[in-house]
Amino acid sequence: MAIKEPERIWWKPYTWDEKFWVAVALLWMLTTFTFMPVYHFIGKQNPPFETYRVRNPEQFTALVDAMVEKYKVGEEEGIPVVHPEPGSDVFLQASMWQWYPILQLEKGKTYRIHVYSLDIVHGMSILPINMNFMVLPDYDYVLTLTPTTSGEYHIVCNEYCGLGHHMMVGKLYVK
Amino acid sequence: MEFRTCSFTGLKIHKPAEDLIKWNVITAVLFLTLGGLMGLLIGITRWPSVHYLDPTYYYRYLTLHGFDALLVWIIFFEVALVHFTSAVLLNTRTVIPSAGWIAYSLMLIGAIFVNITTFAGKADVLFTSYVPLKASGVYYTGVIIFAVGALTAFGHFFANIIQAKRDGAYKHSLPLGSFGMAAASIIAVVTLAHGAVIMIPTLLWSIGLIKYLDPGTYRLIFWGLGHPSQQINVCAMVAAWYMVSAFVLGGKPVNEKLSRTAFVLYIFFINVASEHHLLVDPIFSNWHKIINTSYVMHLAVFASMVHAFAIPASMEVALREKGYTNGLFEWLKKAPWGNPAFSGTFLSIIGFGFLGGTTGVIAGTEQFNIIRHNTFFITGHFHGTVVVGTTLAFMAFSYLLMPYIFKRELIMPRLASVQPYLYFIGVSMVSIGMMAAGALGVPRRHWDITFSGAPFSFTFDPSVDMFLSIMGLGTLLAVFAGVIYVVVIIGSALFGRRVAP
Amino acid sequence: MADEERKIEEQEEEPIPAWQLFYDNIMLLFFFGVAVPTLVYTVWGLMEIVQIPDLPSYSP
Ligand code: HEM
Ligand SMILES: [Cu+2]
Ligand SMILES: [Cu+2]
Repeated sequence: MAIKEPERIWWKPYTWDEKFWVAVALLWMLTTFTFMPVYHFIGKQNPPFETYRVRNPEQFTALVDAMVEKYKVGEEEGIPVVHPEPGSDVFLQASMWQWYPILQLEKGKTYRIHVYSLDIVHGMSILPINMNFMVLPDYDYVLTLTPTTSGEYHIVCNEYCGLGHHMMVGKLYVK
Repeated sequence: MEFRTCSFTGLKIHKPAEDLIKWNVITAVLFLTLGGLMGLLIGITRWPSVHYLDPTYYYRYLTLHGFDALLVWIIFFEVALVHFTSAVLLNTRTVIPSAGWIAYSLMLIGAIFVNITTFAGKADVLFTSYVPLKASGVYYTGVIIFAVGALTAFGHFFANIIQAKRDGAYKHSLPLGSFGMAAASIIAVVTLAHGAVIMIPTLLWSIGLIKYLDPGTYRLIFWGLGHPSQQINVCAMVAAWYMVSAFVLGGKPVNEKLSRTAFVLYIFFINVASEHHLLVDPIFSNWHKIINTSYVMHLAVFASMVHAFAIPASMEVALREKGYTNGLFEWLKKAPWGNPAFSGTFLSIIGFGFLGGTTGVIAGTEQFNIIRHNTFFITGHFHGTVVVGTTLAFMAFSYLLMPYIFKRELIMPRLASVQPYLYFIGVSMVSIGMMAAGALGVPRRHWDITFSGAPFSFTFDPSVDMFLSIMGLGTLLAVFAGVIYVVVIIGSALFGRRVAP
Repeated sequence: MADEERKIEEQEEEPIPAWQLFYDNIMLLFFFGVAVPTLVYTVWGLMEIVQIPDLPSYSP
């Protein structure tokens, strides 16, 4: 009984139904486990891990500003729209409570999108496709991605970042 | 002597252990009440057609809901289980009762610190308090005091079983219920040690003695605290399942080896799953993510599947021994469905498995996590584990503690017998509504999904409104059932008819 | 009586399987329970954090 000390020797062989269940469960678990690494080779969508430490926020803002200056093609609600070189390094900066700038990407081209926060932790949620990544201060997180569907996307913050959290909405275009 | 014999179970109950259990249970229930009230307020705020609180109070009460419900209610109840399984179940005493009272006081003081600071608006950081978001130093002090108290309380488990063995209370092996709580206590030590490692520097940083804290390191170590504390819950909950099955049905584990192996796998591997909070964080390599988020090759998930087999099997065997042997399922029909201790346990097993467990394993898979992280899906998932699972299991167990420990009959037994069903349905609606909305991208911890005041606005799929309304209606039902629970437990503890000694 | 006692003693002769002894040794379980997550999750994680390279310079 679960509420009494068991008999002196309880280490006994399994019965057939226990063996069966253990075998099924083990097999299933090992399969799901194996798929995680295997999917890195056969799958198209895996969590990125490339990261750099940003020792000084100005270093990152300088990169963002340079990109905006060179590739700016418009402006919406005071936020520049940039159309960077296809296949290049692209910089996106989060701060309370703004995503800066608005990126315009080309379908089928691969980009290295660097995301970084100037102040506190934010969450990058690309909607409506619902892809989500954390954005931390002091770390540059490189998302290597290839847009496959053109359209207008929104970037919503999904990590609490103060009272204006719900106003932190940005945009992303795929042409 | 300070012992009495329980007229229901024949257990020899040590008076100081009994008092510690009573106070910890009552305190737990009071904090559940507070946490549930906050749950109501934030629940109806996230229900679009009500949208009750303004943002300041929404985030403030969300902080308190997380802290009071997730940490304070659950850990106080687990401390009651510590004394129950390391003293009462072994027919022996709780050693150094004063240590139990010190632990109790520290936890209470810490919890009060946190609540007052948060109500005063000095800690709107949510219970995760990710740096560089900063709360008042009193908040972190409260968390640390609470954690030290909890560590003392779980340490008590080890002191008790060592003494029990010396006294000959058990010869070789702990009863399975106590073994499960041993697993819980071991995990608690890992958890609270991580808590100390990260909360003390955070306190120093908040009062200006340390200039810088690395946000990546904070998240790594914080989740070494935040996630394993859920694994304490899992172990304690499974131990409670086994014990209720034994007390109510006379069920015994069909195979001690199988059940214990599952607990041992928990002890070794379940804690590393903290990683699933970091799957879309920068920094960690794929192998760090894969090995850790899979609980080292899903061995701890395997353990849960073993319990999912062993507990219903033990119930079946016990009921069949009572003579319900017709057909495949007579035993199930004849189970004591009107006994809230049994029905709560049964629903907790179902809910934990199907609502919480499966969704957790899916969302914790590296690749799936990209499309679920920080959405409302996650909140839905853990209301399946920690509310339908752990909270309902503890509610069920407390119905047993009333006669055994409080020596009182339940007041309003009719109402008590429907309470687990109502709570199960209510929280399942909350959980399913959240998960459905989250699958469509609705973020968690978000005051306004119409984004009022934002430069751009995103419009969710129209069905989101319906899912969030299901959550809202579930909130009302769950809170109603929660009120019944609190009234029955507190009412019985104070005014229930005394059972014959 | 005497018979029963002898029976019990005979049972005591039968050695307890090693795995059972291991499972009953709470302190040993405690050791592994602390060591595994601390090494696999925390220490490994901290090692990766300190090895993060600095942001290289880019020319956009
Ligand atoms: C009456 C029952 C309950 C209802 C209606 C309820 C409802 C909610 C709601 C609406 C949220 C907010 C999610 C968001 O906006 O992001 C939430 C968060 C949460 N709830 Fe509950 N809840 C209940 C009971 C519980 C219990 C018993 C626990 C713990 C044992 C719990 C643990 C949590 C946690 C940990 C969070 C996350 C807080 C955060 O994101 O910081 N809830 N709950
Ligand atoms: Cu933000
Ligand atoms: Cu935010």
